[in-house]
Amino acid sequence: MINRFIQNAGWPRIIIALFLLGLFIAAPFVGVRVDTSLSNTLVRFGMNGVMVLAMIPMVQAGCGLNFGLPLGIIAGLLGATLSIEWNVEILARLIELGAQYKISWLNEAFITTWREPIGFASAIIIAIPIAVILGWLYGKLLNRVKGDEMMIATYVGFSSVSFMCIAWLLLPYKNPTMVWGYAGRGLRTTISVEGYWLHVLSDALSVNINGHLYIPTGMLIFFAVMAIIVWIFMRTKTGTAITAVGSNPEFARASGVNVDKMRTISVIMSTVLGAIGIIVYEQSFGFIQLYMGPFYMALPAVASILLGGASVNKATILNVIVGTFLFQGILTMTPSVINSYLQTDMSEVIRLIVSNGMILYALTRKVRAGR
Amino acid sequence: MSDSNSMPLLELQHIGKEFYGNRVLTDISFDVMPGEIIGLVGENGAGKSTLLNILFGMPVISSTGGYEGDIHISGKPVHFTSPNQALAQGIGMVHQEFSLIPGFTATENILLNREVLNGSLMSYVFSDRVSTLDRDAMLRRASDALNTLGVNISPSMTVNEMPVGYKQFIEIAREIDRKNTRLLFLDEPTAVLTEQEAEILLIALKKLAKQGIAIVFISHRLSEVKTLCSRIIVLRDGRLITDSPAEELTTRQIASLMVGRESERRIEEAELPNEAIEANETTATVTLAKPLKKKKKPKPALKVEHLWVDMPGETVRDVSFEVKKGEIFGIGGLAGHGKLGIPNGIMGLYPSGGKVRLFGKRLALNKPRAALGRKMAFVSEDRRGVGLLLDEPLDWNITFTAMQTQGRFLLGIPFIFQVRNEYAMRKETEKYIEALSIKCTGPSQKAGELSGGNQQKLCLAKAFVLRPNILLICEPTRGIDIGAKTLVLDTLKKYNKDNGTTIIITSSELEELRSVCDRVAIVDKGEIAGVLPASSPAEEFGMLMMGEKPRIELSKSE
Repeated sequence: MINRFIQNAGWPRIIIALFLLGLFIAAPFVGVRVDTSLSNTLVRFGMNGVMVLAMIPMVQAGCGLNFGLPLGIIAGLLGATLSIEWNVEILARLIELGAQYKISWLNEAFITTWREPIGFASAIIIAIPIAVILGWLYGKLLNRVKGDEMMIATYVGFSSVSFMCIAWLLLPYKNPTMVWGYAGRGLRTTISVEGYWLHVLSDALSVNINGHLYIPTGMLIFFAVMAIIVWIFMRTKTGTAITAVGSNPEFARASGVNVDKMRTISVIMSTVLGAIGIIVYEQSFGFIQLYMGPFYMALPAVASILLGGASVNKATILNVIVGTFLFQGILTMTPSVINSYLQTDMSEVIRLIVSNGMILYALTRKVRAGR
Repeated sequence: MSDSNSMPLLELQHIGKEFYGNRVLTDISFDVMPGEIIGLVGENGAGKSTLLNILFGMPVISSTGGYEGDIHISGKPVHFTSPNQALAQGIGMVHQEFSLIPGFTATENILLNREVLNGSLMSYVFSDRVSTLDRDAMLRRASDALNTLGVNISPSMTVNEMPVGYKQFIEIAREIDRKNTRLLFLDEPTAVLTEQEAEILLIALKKLAKQGIAIVFISHRLSEVKTLCSRIIVLRDGRLITDSPAEELTTRQIASLMVGRESERRIEEAELPNEAIEANETTATVTLAKPLKKKKKPKPALKVEHLWVDMPGETVRDVSFEVKKGEIFGIGGLAGHGKLGIPNGIMGLYPSGGKVRLFGKRLALNKPRAALGRKMAFVSEDRRGVGLLLDEPLDWNITFTAMQTQGRFLLGIPFIFQVRNEYAMRKETEKYIEALSIKCTGPSQKAGELSGGNQQKLCLAKAFVLRPNILLICEPTRGIDIGAKTLVLDTLKKYNKDNGTTIIITSSELEELRSVCDRVAIVDKGEIAGVLPASSPAEEFGMLMMGEKPRIELSKSE
């Protein structure tokens, strides 16, 4: 029984889970509140979950880990910034539509109440078509470099970030909350979403006990919904074909499956999830980080799913949940506990060491798991 | 070159070899005299390559437990453990696959590692490794070697610019440049040559033999063997069948010795009713196909016209044949002649062209989906590479193709939203596990964990689930044990009988084809050499395989 559990979970996860548990136990002794830590872990879990979920379709299709996640993130950033830029117009247009088609509930009062969720939804709705187009191109590219997907994906991520560094400056954004004050054009590096859709998911149905234990219910539900959508998708005819393509492309081809098409679909899926993931992240974080912001976003997501027990060509929702929780848990707990113990402010340094150390560890595991 | 002409250059005494309990050579003994040309013939898998590996001290032999018997060279016992020892004893070998460096010239390839060196102070101080090459002397030696062969190849041409035929000559030139070469093994040297090139080679070989070099010539082209060799040795199933002077054998006899097993028994069995034969089947895979029932010309199930397929190693050049409805049709032939290319091409797995008609309607080529959509099912010869999802459970393997091409095992509304029906998948899989007695722990076991025979059954199940009109099967019994073999072949026969499914089997084992098929086509050099009823005598198949075309008119099926 215990043996089977160990076998199923795998030693790396058990050791990390025990370490995390140890940190929670040690926390009160160095003056770190357990409930606050747990809240932080849950918040980070919810923030990052969807981006980790974005790994699944590509891994299952045999395209490897999505190191090109920044591409999806860029689509998300475009969606987020455009939703703020067009916020007023979108709301006005909705009221207009309500009047035009005599939809009684779509009135000004409704729009004002639901201003923030509408803004958030518009960010996602704008981001998805952009992600689909970028993902399609990205998929076409990956189909030409079969076998080297991850290397190419890394460079797709990096170069798209660099390209967008130029674009953020040149795109004709006008909203004064977003552009540089002195020039009146070019987006700032950090844009606050306050007043637009700050914490729309996190605070929805959120639970706050004694001011310390905060559970971002809405964000967790949103993650669960996304996870279920991915789970169902992987069980559809297309999803099954995608899995078979990842497992043995020759078999899939002989079974009449269009291998390249399935791979492209999986890449589009991953990119769209990456776009949605970053918007979820931003609403919780409170800021849109442009320019070099997305540059390193892929690595924590990759590390999470590998920690969760996925390999380069097999990943499950459970891998995502376990991996994200462990990775974010360690990332939250280690700096605060060690910091309190040392009684100096080194949290940022420790965080860097821990997160990069875990990424390194996870990537070395990947080599063994690969075929 | 040898000092005494009465002493055999090479003596083999009772050579035997087992691979993991699987006997491949039994009691092979023969001598080779200096200046003699011996033809060594046998089907694929008759043990020729193993014999060569033993003689050449290939590591594959010693690492699998060595061999039995003794080898003597010029009367002295030898036991080679590496190819270098064999080379030092003057044994040269020209392999079927070229081992030439493409970017080097003919000269450099011929003299590789035996270059003519210029002495210098540097080489005196350090070693020969730093000395420069005497290009002129090398050129002379290379052209000498090429002239001995009687071919007109520029010694300074690089190998990658040469036609394949030239490469073969370079390989041989390399061996004869070695001054001590006394015995030369040639493994299918003419396989890639045109007829004229082959002729030049044969003349060159005769010339070499006159100089006292003994030659062992391995070839599938029997007429060549017959004209070139003074003695012919036939191997079959690891045994030496014949060792006799070439003039005493006709090519027809050689062919029958190579492939034919007891033809008499075959005829006896033809009289037996089917049940009696099936009772015997665990001992022999031989069952006779029932004679063709003559009906009033049904529409052919499959009609192939001028098909070409670009499958690496199995190129199909121009193939036309017809398969009748409800027939079991066999495609045989030697490895590399394109028999595997035919089904792979029809199923659209490799680039192909020509016309394929299915029940009179044209089939789109190069589209696996189109072929599957027309209710054709395919069992690949590459079980682990193409046939199975090794990392996925059995139910996936069995139902996947049906799910993707026929939309079965799905729940929901077609084209809108469909999720796979795991319950139906399991049920179907359990049915086939039961029916084909697949040994496994259940439908959720991974396909990669099954044994070869069970994996093959899984592949069959995958094809049966498609409820095909035509079933194309490649190498149904490759790499599986004898018990599983019988079961697989019986299953095919039963399926054919119960459902009237047209089955096309491609196999390298002629006996197997003759036991299950109604008619067998033999492929030679990418073309159909002939189509014979399975009951034709073995030597006729043998002749077709060896590229002799005795009865062309038979290939026109009625």
